[in-house]
Amino acid sequence: MRKNMLLAGIGLLVSAVPVYADHLVAIAGPMTGQYASAGDQIRKGAELAIADINAKGGVLGQKIKLEVGDDACDPKQAVSVANAMVNKKIVFMHGHWCSSSTIPASDVYNEAQIPMATVSTNPQVTERGLKNIFRIMGRDDQQGAVAGNYLADTFKGKKIAVVDDKSAYGKGLADEIAKALQAKGAKPALRESITAGEKDYSGLVSKLKSAGVEVMAYGGYHTEVALILRQAQQAGLKLTVMGGDTMTNTELVTAAGPASDNVLFTFSPDPRKNPAAADVVKKFRDAKVEPEGYVMYAYAAMQLFAQATEQAKSVKYADLEKAMRSGSFDTVIGKLSFDAKGDNKLPGFMVYQWKGGKYDYVAK
Amino acid sequence: MNVVKNKKWESGKCMALALQQLINGLTLGAVYGLIAIGYTMVYGIIGMINFAHGDIYMVSAFIAVSAFTLLASLGITSVPLALLTVLLLSVLFTSVYGWAVERTAYRPLRGSTRLAPLISAIGMSIFLQNMVQLTQGARVKPIPPVVVGGFDLYASEGFTVHLAYSQLLIVIVTVALMAAFSYVIGKTSFGRQQRACEQDPTMTALLGINVDRTISLTFMLGATLAAVAGVLVTVYYGVVDFYIGFVAGIKAFTAAVLGGIGSMPGAMLGGLLIGLVEAFWAAYLSPEYKDVATFSILILVLMFRPSGLLGRPEVEKV
Repeated sequence: MRKNMLLAGIGLLVSAVPVYADHLVAIAGPMTGQYASAGDQIRKGAELAIADINAKGGVLGQKIKLEVGDDACDPKQAVSVANAMVNKKIVFMHGHWCSSSTIPASDVYNEAQIPMATVSTNPQVTERGLKNIFRIMGRDDQQGAVAGNYLADTFKGKKIAVVDDKSAYGKGLADEIAKALQAKGAKPALRESITAGEKDYSGLVSKLKSAGVEVMAYGGYHTEVALILRQAQQAGLKLTVMGGDTMTNTELVTAAGPASDNVLFTFSPDPRKNPAAADVVKKFRDAKVEPEGYVMYAYAAMQLFAQATEQAKSVKYADLEKAMRSGSFDTVIGKLSFDAKGDNKLPGFMVYQWKGGKYDYVAK
Repeated sequence: MNVVKNKKWESGKCMALALQQLINGLTLGAVYGLIAIGYTMVYGIIGMINFAHGDIYMVSAFIAVSAFTLLASLGITSVPLALLTVLLLSVLFTSVYGWAVERTAYRPLRGSTRLAPLISAIGMSIFLQNMVQLTQGARVKPIPPVVVGGFDLYASEGFTVHLAYSQLLIVIVTVALMAAFSYVIGKTSFGRQQRACEQDPTMTALLGINVDRTISLTFMLGATLAAVAGVLVTVYYGVVDFYIGFVAGIKAFTAAVLGGIGSMPGAMLGGLLIGLVEAFWAAYLSPEYKDVATFSILILVLMFRPSGLLGRPEVEKV
């Protein structure tokens, strides 16, 4: 009994010592669930960035420590993750990933005055007047315009369908693509929505087939595209798909097989092609991590935090926010600077194509 | 609806689309039907809805993926051989799962309130989902196409009706299995015991029949059918994840209720109906409202025939 008391006493003493001498920063995204591979990319990127920053002595003489939140792309879970992070007194957040998670969670961070850098592309993320959000990725409306214009020019005279998965991200992107197509005089032959998470899309495939559609612009995630492509192939329909930044996921290739060569998508200029990032790319590859998708963005988000903190000489919200808004930052994805809404001033999107399990800028 | 509006609706093409959707719907419906039989058999014998049944189906799909991967690594390339092995392995392991679920989650609760096994079933469903998520990962598991190709049945004005071999496989296996099952239930001594337990478990026990054993076997048979459905779906769609049991379970449960819960032909009929409604609704109206249509039909049928299409009127059991 006495021994237990003693242990308890020691426990109390230990816990009384402040544990968080480090700057606590966080990432949040789908670490589990069907989009877990994106969460994994973010985590890998952030971990290496923090290791690199700490190796150089951290920021303002203190080390950075990483917290990881898992929202599984569920808006409700995102809010509770945000509350948990606020309680842990983080000073910076990189996340969330799904627009439908980022939007509700950002209100929590805004109230708690925590600056955040996100890769979510829905326009609403930065359109609500929140001062704490900085978007290091392009917006769906830019993305949709690039995709729509490309489709209208490249597939002139062919029938194009626009399909979405009813999610905030998917519908937003699909609407923008449809708008861009309209503006170019290429009215979509079909406008449909599907339910994400199902397995059978043969109804949609037959509908596309009977309408003579050869190109499908899709707003949504890669899992459904893989299924649609597979089922289209089974039904003898040769379908080209134009998707958004979520198509960067290599899971698309494992799930869709060779049919993935018919996938075009828009994504920010490939950070791996940035000559200034060559060192970091090599470091990732040495650590057996391919810096694809969101890996480099997570790295850049941490660089943004470190540089903004050094410029502001503080981790207080008001100082950090001002530094991020007015400064410009050298990151692995290029020179970041933000407009009044918090949108990235870098040029947005390029059209890519999958080819034999790798993606590259589409051949003109 | 767009199609109808802005398309000259030629009759040939219309026929072709209908035929294509008939094929797609039958394939989907056969899978729902196979799972639905598991619900209906268990309900028939112990009067409870086994909500973990959808997850048993999910487990079998994962076993199928593992088995396919294993066979591929062993260098077995003959498709019929691989299919047969995977089917056997999956049936074997899944029926063990079915037995274990009954033994651990339901048998200890036999004789308690009606609600207890129901809640236990929901718990079991959550347990199985999380177990697979943790051990297999949350990512989708793809397999390379196993049964490839198919043939064109009919072509009209640019629309070819395509029947994939994998669809043919699903329909043939389902029909064969249904025939075997009707035989087992109708003609064998196990079938007689099973039907006797369904009618009056106490009396059956008095006649010297091991009721617990019969119930266990019923669970295993239900799991067998779910296993076959799991393998077929893996072959057809090529991707599985830990969550597929939920959607498929709900649809199959609906099928069982639609056909009349407790009735095996009813379960199959309900499955086919739901498959067809989904296929035609998605093609002619909107894929978006497909589930609304399915469940509206369920409500309508239950309003006019509360015991389902082929259900017997009195099913009150405690």
